[in-house]
Amino acid sequence: MEAKRPFSARRFFLQWEWMLVVLFVLVNVFNSFLSPYYLSPTGLRDVTMTFLDKAFIVLPMVFIIILGDIDISVASIVALSSVVMAMAFGAGLPMPVAIVLCLVVGTACGAFNGWLITRFKELSAVIVTLATMIIFRGIAYMLLENQAAGHFPGWYTFLGWGYVFEVPFMLIVFVVFAVFFAWVLHKTALGRRVYAMGSNPMAARFSGLKVDGIRMLVFTATGFMSGVTALFLTSRMGSTRPNVASGYELEVITMVVLGGISTSGGKGRLIGAVLAVFLLGYLRYGLGLVNVPAQILLIIIGLLLVIAVMMPNVLSRKKLP
Amino acid sequence: MLELKGIRKSFPGVHALQDVHFQLEKGQIHALMGENGAGKSTFIKIITGVYQPDEGEILLDGQIVKIANPREAQRLGIAAIYQHVTCYPDLTVTENIFMGHESTSKFSRSIQWKKMHTEAKALLAELGSPIDPHTEMGTLSVAQQQVVEIAKALSTKARIVIMDEPTAALTKRESEELYRITEKLRDSGVSVIFISHRFEDMERLGSQVTVFRDSRYVGSWPVAEITNEDLIVAMVGREITHLFPKKKADIGAELLRVENLGKTGLFGGVSFTLAQGEILGLTGLIGAGRSEVCQSLFGLLPADTGEVRVRGKLVQIRNPWDAIELGIGYLPEDRQKQGLVLSWEIGRNISLPMIDEFSGTWWLNEVKEGDVVKELADSVKVKAQGISTVANTLSGGNQQKVIVAKLLGTKPKVIILDEPTKGVDVGAKAAIHEIMGELACQGFGIIMISSEMPEVLGMSDRIAVMREGRLVKMLDRAEATQEKILEAAMGSATEALHG
Repeated sequence: MEAKRPFSARRFFLQWEWMLVVLFVLVNVFNSFLSPYYLSPTGLRDVTMTFLDKAFIVLPMVFIIILGDIDISVASIVALSSVVMAMAFGAGLPMPVAIVLCLVVGTACGAFNGWLITRFKELSAVIVTLATMIIFRGIAYMLLENQAAGHFPGWYTFLGWGYVFEVPFMLIVFVVFAVFFAWVLHKTALGRRVYAMGSNPMAARFSGLKVDGIRMLVFTATGFMSGVTALFLTSRMGSTRPNVASGYELEVITMVVLGGISTSGGKGRLIGAVLAVFLLGYLRYGLGLVNVPAQILLIIIGLLLVIAVMMPNVLSRKKLP
Repeated sequence: MLELKGIRKSFPGVHALQDVHFQLEKGQIHALMGENGAGKSTFIKIITGVYQPDEGEILLDGQIVKIANPREAQRLGIAAIYQHVTCYPDLTVTENIFMGHESTSKFSRSIQWKKMHTEAKALLAELGSPIDPHTEMGTLSVAQQQVVEIAKALSTKARIVIMDEPTAALTKRESEELYRITEKLRDSGVSVIFISHRFEDMERLGSQVTVFRDSRYVGSWPVAEITNEDLIVAMVGREITHLFPKKKADIGAELLRVENLGKTGLFGGVSFTLAQGEILGLTGLIGAGRSEVCQSLFGLLPADTGEVRVRGKLVQIRNPWDAIELGIGYLPEDRQKQGLVLSWEIGRNISLPMIDEFSGTWWLNEVKEGDVVKELADSVKVKAQGISTVANTLSGGNQQKVIVAKLLGTKPKVIILDEPTKGVDVGAKAAIHEIMGELACQGFGIIMISSEMPEVLGMSDRIAVMREGRLVKMLDRAEATQEKILEAAMGSATEALHG
């Protein structure tokens, strides 16, 4: 028996991730023709700060979708953590404590999702998180009613607007997290188990994997990262309302699926989702520069999504004799 | 009225039926018996048009017919009722009865509910059943659902009704009710093929009994003229054609002691021991609770009552990783669903349960993983290009070897094999038996669940027979015979009367 599979250039380049790279380059070339202002280095740098806030949730969502699950409550978790942070600060707590509270609330919400899903196995993740999506958003409204809260200290603005050596702070934090999540998914035993559970949950259980513990952990991590998103989003906006981040769950899931992560579980890589984040971010920025209406953008994103979903079918059909 | 001649059917690598004859008279209840895997199910599927025979002919009322699909079978008046009723639990009794042949109004094509309910009620009344046709199917008991299925057969004007182990899930009283209804069917001129493992069913209902064995027709007798002993001989009386490489292993210290293990509704009062180097065969009919006992030892179905001791120490097994920690490994019955991640390579499949061993400081040591996995795969002689070959491209036998390698990777002391050679070809079967023999010599304790009599007799040091959730008999290798095992597994007729 051979130990390793030989390298094949054909297999290497026939990956969805390369498709995303090509699309990414095309979008940038196209954009630079559309608008003379597009290719300014500072512009290309600063635009990342407009879309990276939700990208933090994309990272754990990759895990959830590889597990074959889904979490649609993330935007509500963002809203609730953000509102709790603003109210805690407004009530006189120091900002660092309010920030910790924001992350704790996010983590707790995620843990609650995980507990419901592993405790009541007959409920699917989509139903559980649909319910908690409503509950979390409802609590946010109950706490703040339909008002805004803010007046944060000046240094807090740094999170969303600051630079470290000319690089946006947000981008640095995102890269650190992305490397961490990629490492867990692709280089550790936990990542291997996540793929196993997504590919064949029954075999994973029969192999003695602690399937409940892993699901619990992944949903909790998603809650935590929603808290991180809340921090950056609130910092960028300067204040918060109970209706912030609405629609984020769909954008996040779109990015993950466009990144080549199959909703049937067990397939895809983290890098794909990261590429999809930047692809969609720059596409939106470029089309915005030349005043393309938002609806057209939605149609383009929708079409890309259809292609991404079709791709595995098209590729596997070719293999048949 | 129905006659089958020289039916042959094979699937890739398996002869499912060879030269089978069958003759059914009008208004007859004909019992069909045989061990698990004797070919009864394939036979039914041929009559109901699910499969096409490779050879042979089917005659209905003396005319050759071709039953191309289940619809055609229905048109010819053939209906089948299965042990696990195939109904729509959320629909009403009426909807279930008329599924696929609803009565519709001529003009508007709309469904005539009133007419259907009335007809359903009449059909059920004909069978002497008080079931309300408006009830949801899912709220009925299994026995009642079977009555509805029979009513459904009648509604399609069936002349031949096939019942596949209908009494297996019924209580004694419910069985009596079913006998009554079946007799009613017969009296109205319907012919019935009744498949059962219970002698009681056959004696109570049948006028003729036909026996299959190893995909072949053995014989057909009037029920009154054959004894149960002769029937058992007919069902098992085969020569053992394969040699089993059972090596002489030294039976060592006790590894596992199970006392009074039970789980409500599945099994109870199960006690046995297992020693080093011993192969314990666990047999019985399908549904006797063999897999359930083993899954409870592996923590998949934690037991409610009883004790398990591993090397004398009382242990609690709540989930599979408890079991793996204690040195218990389980090879599941369904290779593809429970044993493998089919889309994965051999390598990742084997390393899955022991992946923690390859965790380095920073990342998985894939070089070490590859080496260990390769060694495991070679030790059971997996035939494949390499460990990066994807599992779903392997043959059944090789897939099974991969799962054995995966099992050995967890370093178990007690190995539970659930139907280890089911559906693998003869060569792979011999290879798996050889591996089992070697493992026993190395001091593993093995529990082997098997429905295949020659395998049980050839491989086991001791044989435990289960029936209806109980361990009813423990036989030593020397004293075990096919007849004794089958008698214990089925329960003799006298026992059934007193039980």
